[in-house]
Amino acid sequence: MTIFLNKDSKVIVQGITGGEGSKHTARMLAAGTQVVGGVNARKAGTTVLHTDASGNSVELPVFASVAEAIAATGADVSIAFVPPAFTKDAVVEAIDAEIPLLVIITEGVPVQDSAEFWAYAKEKGDATRIIGPNCPGIISPGEALVGITPANITGKGPIGLVSKSGTLTYQMMYELRDLGFSTAIGIGGDPIIGTTHIDALAAFEADPETKAIVMIGEIGGDAEERAADFIKANVTKPVVGYVAGFTAPEGKTMGHAGAIVSGSAGTAQAKKEALEAAGVKVGKTPSETATLLREVYAAL
Amino acid sequence: MDLYEYQARDLFEQYGVPVLPGIIADTAEEVRAAAEKLGGVVVVKAQVKTGGRGKAGGVKVAKNPDEAFEAAQSILGLDIKGHVVKRVMVAGGARIAQEFYFSVLLDRANRSYLSLTSVEGGMEIEQLAVEKPEALARIEVDPIAGVDAAKAREIAVAANFPADLVDKVADVFVKLYEVYKGEDATLVEVNPLILDEEGNVIALDGKVTLDENAEFRHASHALLEDKAAADPLEAKAKELELNYVKLDGEVGIIGNGAGLVMSTLDVVAYAGENHGNVKPANFLDIGGGASAEVMANGLGIILGDPQVKSVFVNVFGGITACDQVAKGIVGALAELGGAANKPLVVRLDGNNVVEGRRILEEAAHPLVTLAENMDQGADKAAELANAA
Repeated sequence: MTIFLNKDSKVIVQGITGGEGSKHTARMLAAGTQVVGGVNARKAGTTVLHTDASGNSVELPVFASVAEAIAATGADVSIAFVPPAFTKDAVVEAIDAEIPLLVIITEGVPVQDSAEFWAYAKEKGDATRIIGPNCPGIISPGEALVGITPANITGKGPIGLVSKSGTLTYQMMYELRDLGFSTAIGIGGDPIIGTTHIDALAAFEADPETKAIVMIGEIGGDAEERAADFIKANVTKPVVGYVAGFTAPEGKTMGHAGAIVSGSAGTAQAKKEALEAAGVKVGKTPSETATLLREVYAAL
Repeated sequence: MDLYEYQARDLFEQYGVPVLPGIIADTAEEVRAAAEKLGGVVVVKAQVKTGGRGKAGGVKVAKNPDEAFEAAQSILGLDIKGHVVKRVMVAGGARIAQEFYFSVLLDRANRSYLSLTSVEGGMEIEQLAVEKPEALARIEVDPIAGVDAAKAREIAVAANFPADLVDKVADVFVKLYEVYKGEDATLVEVNPLILDEEGNVIALDGKVTLDENAEFRHASHALLEDKAAADPLEAKAKELELNYVKLDGEVGIIGNGAGLVMSTLDVVAYAGENHGNVKPANFLDIGGGASAEVMANGLGIILGDPQVKSVFVNVFGGITACDQVAKGIVGALAELGGAANKPLVVRLDGNNVVEGRRILEEAAHPLVTLAENMDQGADKAAELANAA
């Protein structure tokens, strides 16, 4: 099994006619994802042409709103490729339409916008699971891709992966390409994100096909520490961890808006210690982390 | 982006938050003139983006312009935790009856906002939180509802403000939240917020952090940036729209994706332990779709750092194709010509890696070494930096 996303998921693309939206619609289709349409209010009623995984050409309808797209296609997943200034509106629209899963790829969303749409999602009864923003999305190899992760790194397998970082997700999938993944989910590097490490850990724990879990964190905030508490209390499957940013200096933002060490908080060392105290083996490097995962997996 | 105190003061004033008059000055003579203009007792305050100014001798009370001049002489040039004071603010004096604390900030853990308030101000908030947690009221602020008059009163009451002060401070809380909201801040802090002997509530010192992602809707925020204080290489990188952070080592780093670059810094630092303790010289994320131009710009910045002895290019081609990266490197080296004079270790994996490696092998640039993987590349780059 997979978490959050599988071969039956029907996907719409918010911003399907834009450059990024168009490029990644093609890649998602090629990865076998059932992309069923898109949203762009100004181009509603038109269609866009793409090619599916079998090489057949598909004509995808463009709708005026997420609600219309759901009504016409039965879509249960949306992915947003919209510029930062319009992301909040796109997310609110998806929440109003009660789409079950929304993946926000957009980088550079003002954090107050994220705080507002998160509060709005709560107020509306939490009908929409949000992944992101500023994330690579989610892939259940061999089933579906909703995001920008390369689909050809590896195939289906027993490992679940949750990560703040996109390229580290790719790196870790590559390191463990012989084992394969049930689902790999990039939750994003912003200070406020929808789905957290804990949400993904809980889902992997409940998924019978996932046998071991890799959790990748980075400096900033205390999400890894909270995940460590959660693992200690709730996760029975082996978890291996990696934290990026041991050598990052205090007060410098390392690429992700959330990746900053402020005072004594948010250091990689503190996160490593918290994870180890919860019984998680933590690698010093991606390759060492992969080795640790192999060891715990072999011991199962 | 963290603001200086005087910038926070100016923002507060724009939003109607009561503040004392303040004049910025870069020389002792300017300080004297400012003190004359303000009249009476003034406070000369170092403008640095770090805490603990008072203890470090960066804040001095002056009874007259001559004392202000002397205070400025001792404060300007002072090193406070690595921040050299280049500017001071001359602020009007206040007769403080009581000191309080107020802040509103992003609450990452709860994906919300949080207000922290205490009637025991003046001390460092981290210290207060540890020593007297009961004296600190933590009230969640709903990002949609914000802080209106009722919410502000709730905060004031929770923090145990005396009944006769509740309305007065609540009014200031509302305005401070308007600063937070209106300017897309992630932190607005006032410490201390004071009650003076005349019964006025005044924000005596402020700290504001702005969200750089929101700059597109605040044209004025670019003006608040302290370009002079930025590292020259960082300033140049910013002009070229590169995500670069200068560090204090010898191995230049270029990679794609913030997480992978951070990880590369760590792996290089570990490798350096076996090679004379060399360390990463920078963080540079060229992001997706690295064109020859982006690569050349990045290499140019890194080679412009005299501390750099070797460069490690670590790319995992996800969406980015490795052949494009390889072309970028070859093109960049050609473009830079003689300016490219330090050894480069290149690790490529992922999308189109075979073609990428072939391009680099064919170009056979004498400065370029291909690495098999990230660990080996880091080790080689550290070795080369140590040997140089």
